[in-house]
Amino acid sequence: MDIAYSSKKGEYMGVAKYLKDEKGAITEVEYQSGIKVKPTYTPADLAAIGFEYEKDLGDPGEYPFTRSLHPQGYRSRAWTTRQYTGFGTPEETNKRFKYMISQGQTGLNVAFDLPTQMGLDSDSPRAAGEVGRVGMAVDSLRDFEIAFDGIPLDRIGTGLTINAIACVMLAMYQALAEKTGFSRDRISATPQNDILKEMIGRGAWIFPVDHAVRLVGDSIEYSMKALPRCNPVSICGYHIRESGATPSQEIACAFEIAKSYIENVTARGIDVGDFVGRFSFNLNVFGNLWEQIGKFRAARKLWARMLRDEYGIQDKKKLFLRGLFGGGGSGLTKEQPENNIMRSAFYALGAALSGAQTTALCSFDEAYTIPTPRAALLSLRTLEIIMDEVGLRDTVDPLAGSYFIETLTKQMEDKIQEEMTAIQQAGGMIHSVSSGYIQRKVAQQAYAFEKGLQSGEYVKIGLNKYTDDDVGGPDVALHEHDEAWVEKQIKRLQKLKKVRNSQAVKSTLKALEKGTRQGDNVMPLLVDCCREYATVGEMTSVLRDVFGEWQEPGIF
Amino acid sequence: MRERKIKILIAKPGLDGHDRGAKIVALALRDAGMEVVYTGLHQQVEEIVRTAIQEAVDIIGLSIMSGAHLTICENLLERMKEEGIESTGVVVGGVIPARDIPKLEQMGIKGVYPGGTPFDVMIEGIKAISSKL
Repeated sequence: MDIAYSSKKGEYMGVAKYLKDEKGAITEVEYQSGIKVKPTYTPADLAAIGFEYEKDLGDPGEYPFTRSLHPQGYRSRAWTTRQYTGFGTPEETNKRFKYMISQGQTGLNVAFDLPTQMGLDSDSPRAAGEVGRVGMAVDSLRDFEIAFDGIPLDRIGTGLTINAIACVMLAMYQALAEKTGFSRDRISATPQNDILKEMIGRGAWIFPVDHAVRLVGDSIEYSMKALPRCNPVSICGYHIRESGATPSQEIACAFEIAKSYIENVTARGIDVGDFVGRFSFNLNVFGNLWEQIGKFRAARKLWARMLRDEYGIQDKKKLFLRGLFGGGGSGLTKEQPENNIMRSAFYALGAALSGAQTTALCSFDEAYTIPTPRAALLSLRTLEIIMDEVGLRDTVDPLAGSYFIETLTKQMEDKIQEEMTAIQQAGGMIHSVSSGYIQRKVAQQAYAFEKGLQSGEYVKIGLNKYTDDDVGGPDVALHEHDEAWVEKQIKRLQKLKKVRNSQAVKSTLKALEKGTRQGDNVMPLLVDCCREYATVGEMTSVLRDVFGEWQEPGIF
Repeated sequence: MRERKIKILIAKPGLDGHDRGAKIVALALRDAGMEVVYTGLHQQVEEIVRTAIQEAVDIIGLSIMSGAHLTICENLLERMKEEGIESTGVVVGGVIPARDIPKLEQMGIKGVYPGGTPFDVMIEGIKAISSKL
């Protein structure tokens, strides 16, 4: 993953590096992935990379899908908008879900609070101060029943942003569907379920690497058989990029992670073609506009080629790199926060020009608070304006054939492959995560980037350039956390423990323990536990007792 | 006389796992000549205090993004008192709204460095706190 930043000023990381002459004219441009950009591109550039339409692009909807997954692009269907939502109690979250849907949002993306993400009940001493803070508290199926009350689970797809215990939440979602009259083959849930990226970037891990990957494999195998419309894993280059990776490293890590999950499931004697078509991705949009576009186009092409050539998959639809291109939190600033609204609009434009299927934006106030309703709505409106007002649905892959974009796409393809080779040479993804190799690499890049920001070498408007306070100070309304929610949540949990069938809870938890120990697929056992209102903490404790906890390398 | 190296424990209390900020700060303080110990993620207050005692640090630096900073800081300071290390300076960084800074200072937190604070400001602040310990 080493990148040499050759520079007359020395080496540093920036979203893009610009060298200028004494008159201020740009003399050199270098992208984060290490690609130098020329002042002009001509047909000679395409000839130099051996560009061939059929091989490198193909028609939209045709292999290798560089242009689009669908022949008509956004003409047939606009992107799905899925703002990350959830806070406080299930009641509060339900209100916000319904509000966002009433404003035109077409999917849900559930934010869970940290105790839930870490498999703790709201009354756990370790949960103190964190209940309902960064997402909704969920202790049992009872909370899901409230949060999704009145939501048509057969029409609205739901992202479940949880990883270490994604299997528990997927099981709970199935139990919810059954209780509310939707058959399990009609619901569409996308649990994030990418534990390797948690170990690199987001930190909500519990179990040791091998056991954690087995749980991902269990949910993939189970979904293939029982939840045909669910996408059991959403592989996140996103958070690795937020932690300091470059765009090409982001994709390389995501693909190497995907291969780790594929190997776990195929080792069970299952054919890769039977499940890989349900994989989805979560990729980041901030940074240089062109570099992101090149990245997404190259990623679609590489994924399809890898699945076809390395895994022998022929069915076209199973070669699709589907997913959410969105977020962009690292590109936003605490200073002059309203500027983030403009930044996000351009990030979303990049996603639209790249044919993103699903999208969401970080809200402008996220350096201060979890989004207020106004901020969340502005994000949604940004996405709606791009689709409905300025013409992004007119024609599919409008940049195709550009001398520059096609050259860049090919260069990004090469860079991503170089980064994948580097991970393989470092012993593969699981080894690289266990040893802390990737974590150290991205932390050091993040530090170099931050130094560049602070020194002003890398220009950021409002942060190190045009910093006048009167342009708009940090006057941001804060989301108000209500301690009464915590009390309500804990009371509900205590009441539940009195009214549920405790014998059934005990026996389903016992069965979970036995099955987990003997290597059975945990999913059906978890569904049984959820149906009986076993709590998240109880189910996770069983898994924790069997697996233990991960000891992170802790290096920087 | 040569200045003694400041020893600082960078800690991630609570359940939040976003450690980019903690690691960046750890690297910046190390480059500024301090001796830096990093706890890793998901630390309970008791564990942080124990590590601070074992490592005999001058300063504890907490990185908190989840909004739980008031609760966590209060618990930490209380625990430090119980263990008799209340003279160790405590500083906090992360997502800290401006309105909470006076509350934290009143509680006994010696320095608050919200995300985006320039390294120089933070480094000079920690040096000043350390010199008064």
